[in-house]
Amino acid sequence: MAKQNNSHTVHEPLMQVSKRKSMEWYKSWLVRIAAVVIALVICGFVINFLTGLDPISVYKEMFEGNFGTERRFWIMLKELAMLLCVSLAVTPAFKMRFWNIGAEGQSLAGALACAACMIYLGNKLPQGLLILVMVVSSVLVGLVWAVIPAFFKAKFNTNETLFTLMMNYIATQLVSFCIVFWENPKNSNTVGIINSDSMMGWLPSLGGQKYALCVLVVAVLTVAMYIYLRYSKQGYEISVVGESQNTARYVGINVKKVIIRTMAISGALCGIAGFLIVSGVDHTITTTTIGGLGFTAIMVSWLAKFNPVIMVLTSFIIVFLECGASQIATAFDFNHSVADILTGIILFFIIGSEFFVNYQIKIHKRHKEA
Amino acid sequence: MFATIISKAVEQGIPLLFGSTGEILTEKSGNLNLGIPGIMYMGGSAGIIGAYLYERAVQVPHPALCILIPLFASLAGSALLALIYSFLTITLRANQNVTGLALTTFGVGFGDFFGGSLTKIFGDGGNLSVKTSSDYFKTPLPFADDLGALGKMLFSYGFLAYLAVIIALAAAFFLKRTRAGLHLRAVGENPATADAAGINVTKYKYLATCIGGAIAGLGGLYFIMDYTGGSWTNGGFGDRGWLAIALVIFALWKPNVGILGSFIFGGLYIAYSYISGLSRSSIAIFNMLPYLVTILVLVLTSVRRKKETQPPESLGLAYFREER
Amino acid sequence: MGEASAIELKNITKAFGNKFANKDVCLTVNKGEILSVLGENGSGKTTLMNMISGIYYPDSGQIFIDGEEAVIRSPKDAYKYKIGMIHQHFKLVDVFSAAENIILGLEDEGKFDLKSARAKVSEIGERYGFAIDPDKKVYEMSVSEKQTVEIIRVLYRGADILILDEPTAVLTPQETQKLFDILRHMRDDGKAIIIITHKLHEVLSLSDRVSVLRKGEYVGTVNTVETTENQLTEMMVGKKTELNIHRDLPVNTAPRLVVEDISCINREGATVLRDISFTANSGEILGIAGIAGSGQRELLESIAGLQKLTEGRIVYNDPKSGEQEDLRDKTPVEIRDMGVRLSFVPEDRLGMGLVGNMDIVDNMMLRSYRRGKSMFVRRKEPKDLAEDIIHRLKVVTPDASTPVRRLSGGNIQKILVGREIASSPKVLMAAYPVRGLDINASYTIYNLLNEQKKNGVAVIYVGEDLDVLLELCDRIMVLSGGSVSGIVDARTATKEQIGLLMTKSREVKNGEAK
Repeated sequence: MAKQNNSHTVHEPLMQVSKRKSMEWYKSWLVRIAAVVIALVICGFVINFLTGLDPISVYKEMFEGNFGTERRFWIMLKELAMLLCVSLAVTPAFKMRFWNIGAEGQSLAGALACAACMIYLGNKLPQGLLILVMVVSSVLVGLVWAVIPAFFKAKFNTNETLFTLMMNYIATQLVSFCIVFWENPKNSNTVGIINSDSMMGWLPSLGGQKYALCVLVVAVLTVAMYIYLRYSKQGYEISVVGESQNTARYVGINVKKVIIRTMAISGALCGIAGFLIVSGVDHTITTTTIGGLGFTAIMVSWLAKFNPVIMVLTSFIIVFLECGASQIATAFDFNHSVADILTGIILFFIIGSEFFVNYQIKIHKRHKEA
Repeated sequence: MFATIISKAVEQGIPLLFGSTGEILTEKSGNLNLGIPGIMYMGGSAGIIGAYLYERAVQVPHPALCILIPLFASLAGSALLALIYSFLTITLRANQNVTGLALTTFGVGFGDFFGGSLTKIFGDGGNLSVKTSSDYFKTPLPFADDLGALGKMLFSYGFLAYLAVIIALAAAFFLKRTRAGLHLRAVGENPATADAAGINVTKYKYLATCIGGAIAGLGGLYFIMDYTGGSWTNGGFGDRGWLAIALVIFALWKPNVGILGSFIFGGLYIAYSYISGLSRSSIAIFNMLPYLVTILVLVLTSVRRKKETQPPESLGLAYFREER
Repeated sequence: MGEASAIELKNITKAFGNKFANKDVCLTVNKGEILSVLGENGSGKTTLMNMISGIYYPDSGQIFIDGEEAVIRSPKDAYKYKIGMIHQHFKLVDVFSAAENIILGLEDEGKFDLKSARAKVSEIGERYGFAIDPDKKVYEMSVSEKQTVEIIRVLYRGADILILDEPTAVLTPQETQKLFDILRHMRDDGKAIIIITHKLHEVLSLSDRVSVLRKGEYVGTVNTVETTENQLTEMMVGKKTELNIHRDLPVNTAPRLVVEDISCINREGATVLRDISFTANSGEILGIAGIAGSGQRELLESIAGLQKLTEGRIVYNDPKSGEQEDLRDKTPVEIRDMGVRLSFVPEDRLGMGLVGNMDIVDNMMLRSYRRGKSMFVRRKEPKDLAEDIIHRLKVVTPDASTPVRRLSGGNIQKILVGREIASSPKVLMAAYPVRGLDINASYTIYNLLNEQKKNGVAVIYVGEDLDVLLELCDRIMVLSGGSVSGIVDARTATKEQIGLLMTKSREVKNGEAK
């Protein structure tokens, strides 16, 4: 068998691509950093083309957008925390090679549950208990949203990518359904700020910073997820199932159980993300409350090789671009979508750079007569 | 009344039909392109940009060019995005899901940025609108008015709507009845076997993905030039890109079934406005239906395990000859 | 027809790295003739055929087709020379019909016409006596039908030289007979046929001449009518080579694992194990010999709790309590929870026994990570174990936190065997533990197994090299086609004797029994 692996070497093609056995970690990071740098240069030119700014001042402006004022800094931190939270949520599933593209819907479902509690229980429960109920219901709803596709994957091998994708839009429509009942003022088709007077169900500010608690929660979750994946027995099982289901069976791991359990965790964390966004940031709910975080998170997690600590870095890159680009957009009165273009370009480069980490290219000299 | 419902459903369905036909071709090569929403966005925005630049450049736009320029711009824009996807996933073997999602981010960003800011960049101000070109796109068949309700149901659409149906039928014929179609299906099912049989797997994957992308882009073009009458609103395209992917599953990877499916999805999209006594909340439920039905189809096919109705077997996997 | 040679190989040599797969091989096949190519696993048969069919290109040597030198660089070239190969692993698209698979990849001029293709398929079928429905989907087909599709595909492309790589390995006796009839039919039609096999009776009943390969070298060609099973076996296995593997006499043996009449059916519905019974004793190495795919993997996996059985019992005698436990249909976790100390070194090291992307420490705890009530894994003991194995077995690795996949084959195997032994098993099963290993690493493994034997472990060793089996094991059980064809004493048995048992197939055995 082994011999057949190097079949088709007959033609001695000019270029031969083969899988690398290994690459030193610093080299692989050099490749990735090089990719980001090239992408940033290209982004600089794109912005230059659009705005006439020279690339250096573009990045200065972007830096300003992230760190210019204390307020901007906290907004950046909040964005980072939210993106990181959803990224943490999708990570266990991905590590298991379960393509959960439904984080958007799972988070939105959690957010919906959270908003429902705020609206219906806002004047019935004391603040502390209310928040507890909100957390629990967000987690439960997010969990259910994730376990449904997991169950069918485990039981019938239903394609999870497509299933979770569809679940996103069901959540979206469920939100628009609820908005009709919750709208405030009438016929505005928006919910408005929930409990804007009583601030019931709002996460309290910490040290005068209203986002500090969110950031803190996500920081704790990051460490917890790192520990869970790296040091817990369940995290170990996730790795084994993800690497080789055959090995998992060999050591007696119940693969179906692990799939469902891991997706439950994934969904529960998405629920927490939904809770944080509604209770800690927005205090309202719309169909776009999650705003595509669920999709961006997939890329964040994948780029970080599913390592929660590195995810802080990858989500920072994306948030930096978004906040920076939005600063440029404000300064030049452009549309904020410029951030998406830049993010796209950077992602293309990082995605492409993985090839050079995983494969090596040998260039042959032409044989005279092979 | 009935004719109106049908024609509205068809108008809603056409963008989905383009999108799903394009995605079916792509998926038949084993590529799950989640960048389709971005590609459709790009197809629409590139088309309207082309039309805008042309209308702006000349005093009296020529009817043929009013059609050809946006058409070409749309095809080129969406094929280019599909080419990026192909290069990353086929040549560089990147993860298909991640690449597709990045593509969607980029395509939507591109569309919204230029759609929303083009007039500003050129100092014209106002909304991006290409009414003149759009009118050419919207021209119904000449005898539509003479035939009453039947005419309205069958002939009241712009040429892109007919093109969508023709392309879907052609794609169905291509997949089922041609040698290249057979080869393409083999590539998506089992690339190693196709390779051993002497089929150029890379070529087929590239071509199917790029042509599929171009077709999907036409869905965006139809939406912007025909359905909305040639004026751009950011985010106006909504979740139609994802609906198109849902439709692929609903149609069980058959473009001809997709025609009917697109009209059903389109009908569900507008049905609420024709059923009396519905509250606003029911609209959401109706909009949910296409996705619910798709999940049902997905679950049922996986439970039944009938081979013919499964996704292409190598869907989502990169092919690397040396790894067999 | 007569003696015109269809294909002739002269001094074909092919090396992979510094290992010769074929060395100076010469073969001739005439038109209207069936030639068997005989050899053990790894004797280079498949490599040789892959060179004829354009998958590999020889390093040196010449190929003549119809007397003229041919250059075959790709499967397409092979078709041009009217050479068609039927691989052991079918290359078919499951959801396609027979006809669609047959015409796949053909770039005919003219329009695509499935109807005439179907007609042509049926016509070929009638001509050679195949029964085939061109519209039947491959996933609905039995193995033999799939093979038929492969053969027709080759004929459809006009092949005059057919190569079949172990075509009977997957067939029932009846199907085999049918295939042979068809092959004879094709021979009479003037086709040149090469069939790769290691079943002697098939060679004798089917072919006109036999060429034998051994360890990549060409041994010779004989006319079938002039040869015997014994002569062929001798040519195939060669003279015994002394390896000087240390072997003690077993002491204090007692039945540890008693396997009674087990049978097993695989996912495709084929019977892979049939009424297998044997006893593995403590303090003894039981060798299992057999052609690859004779049921070795399934046998070990059913003992390890990874295969469902249709019949039989697997009884484990607990040396401490003296109790008997039936392991049949238990999961690996249940088996361990019953206190059965069973270790298993599977054939697929990186796909089953180890996780390639994990480091050595994490691989150490694959079997033991559940220990303890804590929800966290303890890496202290696995780390010590890893260090210990690296040190004791002289594993070449930068450190214990290196991913296993970066190590060489021998070191990977040391890690795997080391881990399985570390749990102080009472039964140790090892499948092809020295495959791909160099001499030193192989001897390390032999020593480890001998050590286990001395400790009173019942060792089951599945191997392919008969010299090793004969010198390492105490008894050798020979499997053939999923059944036991004999159990011999390794100290007295000869290579030929085992070779004959290996190639003996069911129907012959039944014939003898009658």
